[in-house]
Amino acid sequence: MSTTSAPGRAALQVDGVAYEAVIGIECHVELTTETKMFCGCRNVFGSEPNTNVCPVCLGYPGALPVPNRVAVEAIVRAGLAFGAEIPAFSKFDRKNYFYPDMPKNYQISQYDTPFAVGGVVSFWLPDGTQRSVRLTRIHLEEDTGKSMHAGSADGRLGGSTHSLVDFNRAGVPLMECVSEPDIRSSAEAVAYLEALKRTFVALGVSDVKMEEGSLRCDANVSIRPAGSSELGTKTEIKNMNSFRSVQRAIEHEVARQAEALARGQRIVQETRGWDEGEQTTIVQRSKEEAHDYRYFPDPDLVPIEFAAADLARWREASRAIPQVRLERLISRDKISVVQAHQLVDTPGLADYYEAAVALSGAPQATLNFVLGELSRLANETGVAVAGAQMTPQALAEIVDLTTRGAIGSKTAKDLIGRVWAEGGSPAKIVERDGLAQVSDPAAIDAFVRDVIAAQTESVENFRNGKESVIKFLVGQVMKTSRGKADPRLAEERLRTLILETRGE
Amino acid sequence: MPTGEIDVPYVAKLARLALSPTEIQRFGAQLGALLEHVEALQKLPIEDVAATAQVIPSVNVLRDDVAQPSLPREVVLEAAPQRQGSYFRVPQILGEPG
Amino acid sequence: MSDVLDRGAVEIARAVAARETSALDLTEAALARAHQRDGAVGAYLAITDEVAREHARRVDARLAQGARLPLAGVPVAIKDNMCLAGTRTTAGSKMLGNWVAPYTATAVQRLLDAGAIPIGKANLDEFAMGSSCENSALGVTRNPWDLARVPGGSSGGSVAAVASGTATFALGSDTGGSIREPAAFCGVVGFKPTYGRVSRYGLIAFASSLDQIGPIAKSVEDAALVYETIAGVDAADATTVARPVETARGALRDDLAGVRVGIVREFDLAHLDPEVRAVYEQAYRDLEKLGAELVEVALPTADYGVATYYLIAPAECSSNLARFDGMRYGLRVEAADVGATYEATRAAGFGDEVKRRILIGTYALSSGYYDAYYVRAQKARTLIALDFRTAFERCDVIACPAASSPAFEFNAKSDPVSMYLMDYYTIPMSLAGLPSLSVPCGYVTPEGGRTPLPLGLELTTPLFAEAALLGIAHAYEVGTRHAQKQAPPALEAAR
Repeated sequence: MSTTSAPGRAALQVDGVAYEAVIGIECHVELTTETKMFCGCRNVFGSEPNTNVCPVCLGYPGALPVPNRVAVEAIVRAGLAFGAEIPAFSKFDRKNYFYPDMPKNYQISQYDTPFAVGGVVSFWLPDGTQRSVRLTRIHLEEDTGKSMHAGSADGRLGGSTHSLVDFNRAGVPLMECVSEPDIRSSAEAVAYLEALKRTFVALGVSDVKMEEGSLRCDANVSIRPAGSSELGTKTEIKNMNSFRSVQRAIEHEVARQAEALARGQRIVQETRGWDEGEQTTIVQRSKEEAHDYRYFPDPDLVPIEFAAADLARWREASRAIPQVRLERLISRDKISVVQAHQLVDTPGLADYYEAAVALSGAPQATLNFVLGELSRLANETGVAVAGAQMTPQALAEIVDLTTRGAIGSKTAKDLIGRVWAEGGSPAKIVERDGLAQVSDPAAIDAFVRDVIAAQTESVENFRNGKESVIKFLVGQVMKTSRGKADPRLAEERLRTLILETRGE
Repeated sequence: MPTGEIDVPYVAKLARLALSPTEIQRFGAQLGALLEHVEALQKLPIEDVAATAQVIPSVNVLRDDVAQPSLPREVVLEAAPQRQGSYFRVPQILGEPG
Repeated sequence: MSDVLDRGAVEIARAVAARETSALDLTEAALARAHQRDGAVGAYLAITDEVAREHARRVDARLAQGARLPLAGVPVAIKDNMCLAGTRTTAGSKMLGNWVAPYTATAVQRLLDAGAIPIGKANLDEFAMGSSCENSALGVTRNPWDLARVPGGSSGGSVAAVASGTATFALGSDTGGSIREPAAFCGVVGFKPTYGRVSRYGLIAFASSLDQIGPIAKSVEDAALVYETIAGVDAADATTVARPVETARGALRDDLAGVRVGIVREFDLAHLDPEVRAVYEQAYRDLEKLGAELVEVALPTADYGVATYYLIAPAECSSNLARFDGMRYGLRVEAADVGATYEATRAAGFGDEVKRRILIGTYALSSGYYDAYYVRAQKARTLIALDFRTAFERCDVIACPAASSPAFEFNAKSDPVSMYLMDYYTIPMSLAGLPSLSVPCGYVTPEGGRTPLPLGLELTTPLFAEAALLGIAHAYEVGTRHAQKQAPPALEAAR
C-alpha cells in the first residue's frame, strides 16, 4: 500500500489509482461599513471590549433590527461582479441556535432567498492555466461576538473553565460566499480566495484582513477516483485564518483522507478544526443537540426588492472589477497572467492602463511603460501612477512618439520624468524643445564623424576586432547628439564610416 | 398534518428548557390537546394560497449607514449576571457553535 | 386636585396647560391616589414616584417656556413590557425581575414628549401571554368591579389602573386580544391600531408579526388623543408604516348616519349566556338607533383563527424569547456549564404558560413539522385576511362581542385551550392586522355574582381606518353612555 499526495493537481494516488480532491469553500467576509448590520453601533476592529454595543446588538428586550442599506448593496454588488443572478425578492430569516456569543440566540441570516445566486469566479494559476469556480450563493448575515476561553492552555475551548465575551463584533455585517465543489487542489483554493479578495477590496465592500478575522474560511474536502462524477464523503475543515493555513489545512486533509482510504478505512463525515500550531486537523466537539435551526422569516424585517435602475448601475460599475478586468486584459490585450495581476492588484493602475490603451491602441508598449518607468517613479516619489501629473493622455502621446520612432527610449524616459514632475503634453514638449529623434542619415553622420575624430583609440580597438567597443561609441554619439540620435541608425553609420575611414 | 405524540424532551432540548418528568408528561398532554384543536386547519383549502409572513405589505425598509451612540460599557456590564473586567463572563462552553 | 384627576386626558392637559394646577402638584395627587387605591387592585408592579416627579418638573418647566403639550401632566400607566429608561421593566417575569431598562420605548417616549407623567408600570401576564393576568409571575391584579375576578389579560394591570382611576389612561399591547378583552372585562375603552401604526421599539416582543401597542382610556376621545400621539413611522422599527396618521379626534362623530355595520354570520350569539346575548343584541339595536344600517357579513375562516394564532404566535415567541438565557442580563441560575445554565435559568425564569408556548412554537418550527404547522398557519392567515377584505366590501365596520363572557373568577380556566378560546372574537382581527377596539356596551350580573360586570362591544374597520373606527366608537359611546352608568365598586369604596 502506498499513497502520495501533492499540493497542486499533481498525482494524488491511492493504491496506484489516480485520485482527485473535491473542495468547496465557504467564506465569511466582514463588510467594511461604518456601522453594524442592524444598529448604529460602529463597525470597527480593535475597540476596547464591549464599547460598541447597544440594545439591538446585545439582544436587549424590546430592541429591533433595521438593516444597513450599504451592507445590503454590498452583497448585490459583489454578486454582480461575479455575474450572479439577483433575485427579484429576498428576505431575512432567523437561524435559531443557542451560543453564548450570539446575543439573541438566533442569527439573522438568509435561508432560501439569498441576495445573489450563482455566478463564477475565474482566476489563473501561476502556470497560466485558467480555472473557474461556480458560486452557489452569496448572502448577508450578522456576525457573532467573540469569546475568549479561560482556564485552558493557549485559550483553547477544550479544557477551559469559563469564557469571556466581547460583543463589539456582534451584529457586524457578514457576507457568506459559498462555492460549488469545483476546487481541485490547495493551490486552486488559495488562488480562488485571492480572486475573491481582489474583488471585494476593489468593490470597497471589505478590506479582507484575515489577521483581523475579516475573512474566515471553512472548506468541505473529499477525494474520489479521478474522473469519477460521484462525490466522496466530505469533512468540513474550520478555523483557517490565513491563506497559508487554508493551503496547509487542505493539503493535510487531502493526504489524511488518502492515507485513510489506503489503509482501508472509511472517511467519516465530521467537522475538523485546523490547528495552526500542530499543523494538523483535529475533530471538533460539536454542540450536542441536533442541528435543527428552525429557520423562519424574521417578522421584525420586511422583504427587499431591488430597483432595475440600481441593478443596471451596479452591473455597469462591475466592469471595473478585477475578475472582469483580468479576463479582459488577458484575452483582449494578450497580457501575461502575471502582468495582468500586477495591473489589477495595484489600486488605480488597471484603470490608468486601460485609459491609456484606449488612446494609444498599443497594449504592449503602454504596458511596458506602466509597469516599467511609471511604476518605478511611483515607488521613488511615493505618488501613485493614477494620481501623478502624467495623465493617461500624456502616456498615450509618449507611446505614439516612440512607436513612430519620433523619440528614442532615452528621450522617452527623460520626458516621462519631466511630465511626471511638471505635467504637460509630451508631444508639445518634443516639438517645442526639438527633442524629436534625429533619423536623417546626413545629420547622424555629422555626429558620428565627430565621435570618430575624438575617440581615436576606441575606433582603433574596434578596427582590431574588439566588437564590444561599438556600444561605447554609440553611447558617445547619443551623448554628442544629446540623446536625439536614433541609436540603431547611429550604430549602422558608425560601422560604415569607421570602415570607410580606414584608409585615411 | 403529522399526528402522534410530540417528542417533548427533544423539543425542550432545542428550546433549552429543563423539564422534570412530570412536566414532560403534563406539557405533553396539554400540547397534544392544542395540536388536536389545530388539526382543524387540515380542512382549509390552502393549496394555492400564499403564506402571510407580514400582514401589511411593505418592502425595502433600510437605514443609512450612519453611526449612533452606543451604550456606556458600565451600564451594560452592570446588567450582566457575571462580569470579569470589561467582559461578560459565562460558564464553561462545551462545544463549538454549529 | 382630586376632581381634576377624575377628568379625561383632554381636560387634564388643558387644566395643566392653563396652569390651573402644576403638573407636579397633580402628579403628587395622582401618586397619593395610586398608593392609596392600588393595594386592593394590584394594577401596578411598581409605582414610579421619583420618575413621575422628575417628568412632572420637566413638564412644568417646558410649559413655563411656552411649550404646547397635548398630554401635559396626564398620569399614565405603562404596561410593564415597555421599556422606560431607568425603571425596572419586567414583562411580569422572574426572568427580568430586576432588569432596569437602559432605554425608552418609542411609544412611551412620544407620550413623555407630549407631557404625560408615568405613574407606574402595570402588571401583565408574563411576556403578555395570557387572557386573565393570572400568568404574571410578579403580582396579582384584581378586577376593580369584583375583586374575586380577573381583570383580563394580558394588559390586566393597564385596564385595572384606568378602571380604578389611578391612571387617566394606559398603554397596553395586543397580540391576540390583550388590550380589547381586558378593556371589556374592566369597562374601559381599549384600542388596538392597525399593525405597523405604532412602533414596537422597546416593547418586549411576544409575537412580532402581531404585537401592537395601543391606548386604554376612559373615553374614545382620550384613546384618540393618545393614539394620535404615539402613532406614526419610527426609524427604529422596520415594520412601522410610512403613512400619515389622520387626525382621529377630528373624525369623532355623534351619530352613525350612513354607516353600514357588519354583523358576522359565523359569530352566532346563540352560544352565549342569555344575559350576555341580550346585551349584545341591544348593542346592535343601539347602533341601528344611531342611524347605522346593519348588514350581515361572512367570515367563514374566522373559526380557524384560534388554531392559526396558536401556531404563529408561539413560533415567533419561541425565537423571540431565546434571548433570555442568563448571559447578558436578567436571571441566571448557574449550573455546571453553559448549556446546563441555559436550561436551569429558563426552567426557573419562565412560568408554565410561557414554557408551553415556547414548546409548541419550537415544535411548529422544527424539522419535519415546519410546513405542516407553521406554513399552513401562515396560509390560513392569508385566507382570514381575505375574508375580512371581502366583508368590508359590504360594510364600513364590523361589530361583535369583545369576549364571550364577562370577567371570570380566579382559577376558573385551568385548561389552556379553554383559556385560549377566550380570544375567539379578537384573534381574527389581530391575524388580519386590523384596527379594532372594545367599548363598554352594558353590564350583566352573573349567577351568584355580587356586582354587575361590564361587557365590551368590539368594533373593527379596514386597515388604517383608525379615524373612522374611533369616530364610530365615539358615536356609540356618547349615544349609549354605558361607561357613565356604573362605576367599579372598588372605586366606589375608595371614595
